[in-house]
Amino acid sequence: MITLNINKKNYDVDVNPDTPLLWVLRDTIGLIGTKYGCGAAQCGACVVHLNGEAVRSCVTRVRRAEGQKVVTIEGLSEKNDHPLQKAWQELDVPQCGYCQSGQIMSAAVLLNENKNPTDQDIDDAMAGNICRCGTYLRIRSAIKLAADIQRKNG
Amino acid sequence: MISFSWLSAFTPPGKMDEPGNQEQWSELNGYIEITPDNVVKIINPNPEFGQNVMTSFPMIVAEELDADWKNVIVEMGPHDSVKLGPQFTGGSNSVRMYWKPLRDAGASARQMLMTAAAQTWAVSMEEVTTKEGMLYHQKTGKSGTYGEFASKASGIPIPKGVKLKDSKDFKIIRNSKKNVECLKIVSGQPLFGLDYKHEGMLIAMIEHPPAFGMKLKSFDAADTLKMPGIKDVFSLKMYEDGFEQAGFDTRTFNDLLVVVGSNTWEVMNGRKKLKATWEPISESKETISGFRGKNEVTIPAGLESTSNHLEKMAEYAKKTAKELRKDGDPETAFKNAAQVIERTYNAPFLAHNCLEPMNFFAHVTDEKALLVGPLQAPGWTEPTLVKLLKLPPEKIEIQMTRMGGGFGLRAYGHYVYEAALISKKVKAPIKLIYTREDDMTYGIYRPMYTATYRAALDANKNLIAFHVKGGGIPENAIHPNRFPAGAVDNYLAEGWEIPSNITIGAFRAPRSNFNAAAEQSFLDELAEAMGKDPIDLRLELLKRAKEKPVGKNNEYDADRYAGVLKLVKEKSGWGNSENKKYSRGVAAYFCHNSYVAHVVDMVKKDGQPYVERVVSAADCGVVVNPDAAINMIQGAVVDGIGNALYGELTHKDGAAVQNNFHQYRMIRMNEAPMKIEVHFVQNDIDPTGLGEPPFPPVFGAVANALYKSTGKRFYDQPFSTQLNKLSKA
Repeated sequence: MITLNINKKNYDVDVNPDTPLLWVLRDTIGLIGTKYGCGAAQCGACVVHLNGEAVRSCVTRVRRAEGQKVVTIEGLSEKNDHPLQKAWQELDVPQCGYCQSGQIMSAAVLLNENKNPTDQDIDDAMAGNICRCGTYLRIRSAIKLAADIQRKNG
Repeated sequence: MISFSWLSAFTPPGKMDEPGNQEQWSELNGYIEITPDNVVKIINPNPEFGQNVMTSFPMIVAEELDADWKNVIVEMGPHDSVKLGPQFTGGSNSVRMYWKPLRDAGASARQMLMTAAAQTWAVSMEEVTTKEGMLYHQKTGKSGTYGEFASKASGIPIPKGVKLKDSKDFKIIRNSKKNVECLKIVSGQPLFGLDYKHEGMLIAMIEHPPAFGMKLKSFDAADTLKMPGIKDVFSLKMYEDGFEQAGFDTRTFNDLLVVVGSNTWEVMNGRKKLKATWEPISESKETISGFRGKNEVTIPAGLESTSNHLEKMAEYAKKTAKELRKDGDPETAFKNAAQVIERTYNAPFLAHNCLEPMNFFAHVTDEKALLVGPLQAPGWTEPTLVKLLKLPPEKIEIQMTRMGGGFGLRAYGHYVYEAALISKKVKAPIKLIYTREDDMTYGIYRPMYTATYRAALDANKNLIAFHVKGGGIPENAIHPNRFPAGAVDNYLAEGWEIPSNITIGAFRAPRSNFNAAAEQSFLDELAEAMGKDPIDLRLELLKRAKEKPVGKNNEYDADRYAGVLKLVKEKSGWGNSENKKYSRGVAAYFCHNSYVAHVVDMVKKDGQPYVERVVSAADCGVVVNPDAAINMIQGAVVDGIGNALYGELTHKDGAAVQNNFHQYRMIRMNEAPMKIEVHFVQNDIDPTGLGEPPFPPVFGAVANALYKSTGKRFYDQPFSTQLNKLSKA
């Protein structure tokens, strides 16, 4: 039995400790906001926060998350009102939408570390997240808008 | 809740020209519900894969209904071709096909509400007016909400031929509305096929042959069955011998080796312990009953490799090909030419790489079937399910989830049929999941294409003849009646094909996505040889096609084609000195009933050519939801740059060489332009699609900009191969 703290809630899960966190989230716990895209840390669709760091849950063994704080897209904000979630809606970023929870989770770590990211900072931080529909320009703009919202919120 | 709904026969839609008009759409039965508290629920018929049809369709209904957009909620409809029409997402057809029926639906409902109010108020219906979900009678000062009259209205016979709004009165259409599913997307709510859950659902995966040209010989599942969570391993034949395929039944692999277990990770691990032996296939014939009638296709045996493909294509290119169109006397014109320019272009197989891999849920019993998942064309899938499951259509329920991308791949039902037969076999609800590796190596690629273009110039550098000879594996990409056909006196288009056992299918703007790369690059080179500006040359040719068209069946409207070129010329500041810092490439193309031109502005970033800015001009008639249309074009531009530079799926001994994104390079944030500026030609022409048309011309514009940037022409995709050679040299 492994105890996980996900989105401030504890879960006891009976899984092989080598199971990727992604599949524990999706199949065992039912938090499906974290997506499967490649299973090989190549696309970023599965990004979650582990103690505030962005990790690719498809290659993160669940034992590594034991006793750590995991945050998924479902727990990014209380009322789905994180500045990034607001900005994504304001600029209508998504097309198919499949990659966007991973994009937002990567961007959230960037904004925690850098309150005023430049285009270069954004490109560097987001290069691990594939958007097959090509919404990169709107993602860039939305991250900047979210940074604005965050600064105004103090 | 008192609901108001109606069934009605509305205008049949226009002909579906690509991939063909399979079934006559006899009627559309719109479905709207209005609650007493005036919430309007609009059912969206067409599957959503990012084209934003969940928002644009309801906008069209709400416009004519005169609903208050704030009170509109949208729900995805189930597959029901009787009530909801063809429900086909593809061919950039959604808005084009549903434009009139959805308007009719909204307008009829509005008139029924007006009639209900008139009867209640004992006034003439002609005196009742509406505004944003409210009904008014000015003389008596009476008013009420749609919700108050919905119940009564539902009993009124459906009026026919209700007058539609004049486009100048549009209040919702042409005013950007936000994606109705955005909140769900950004908060991780279940929307996609992989998110769908069902009680008792098992997970299934297919171990497919390691290469095209191979099939299952035998297997030993003993070790797999010892693995935790594994329930069953079996082989399954998809189609009996002689099974007649429908046009979109691309067969992929016929003998499946299936692993079923309780969850995804355990099935993935169980698969690794399978011991399977594979054997070569023999040549076979398949009968396909498609849109263009019945035909027999030969599937050759053998393990194919890209190197052989290229050799074979070069060999076939020299042979006599099938004439597809001929105007004038091209042979003589070429013989008498002062100068002949000849260039050959090649492009590889491409994998769709939808970010959500193929998957589908199926629960099939002896009595009925429930199928849920991401699917572009449920109407094309159902007839094959009827044949495979031996169930009548009314016992087959198909529900469409949001798709994590489609790009044409999800128009094919192979993964739906596989899921259905697996569920039937294990007698349990299952979800079939492809891993990324399965998805990339399973087939149904954009075909491999080649084309040789020739132009004949006279001594005064006038274009006197044009010749294109194109081929591919296993189809050619030639559209013989497209520009510059119609603009050149002597014209010849020819095509040839090489059979293959590698499966192919529609990929965003099929065939056009190659033609626009090759032809638009060739025109650029031709303009240079003729000493003309590349936009001016195109405009001259289009003027000719307009004023004195050559031949018959020219598919494009020369004015609209020229229109996007003129618009992009103006908006990009083409020829302005302040743009000299850019290596600029232009291209324009017509496909799927819309016209798009791009100017690509390249700079050097870290020593490599980089598309920093793109200016786009599009003519798709009325733009229903402008901001979403801009998003679509921006995405297509990024997709086009990515595929032009990096897209490539190669084979060695029948096996796909690339199986995940570490080998298959996708465009990423740092490679995307900083700015993509989109302009629309303003007109009142009935809207056409935008999913595909902006994509093909990107390839040509990128190639032309690369020439300006590097001094070299780029003939072979992906262009990064040549760029890498250049930077090493």
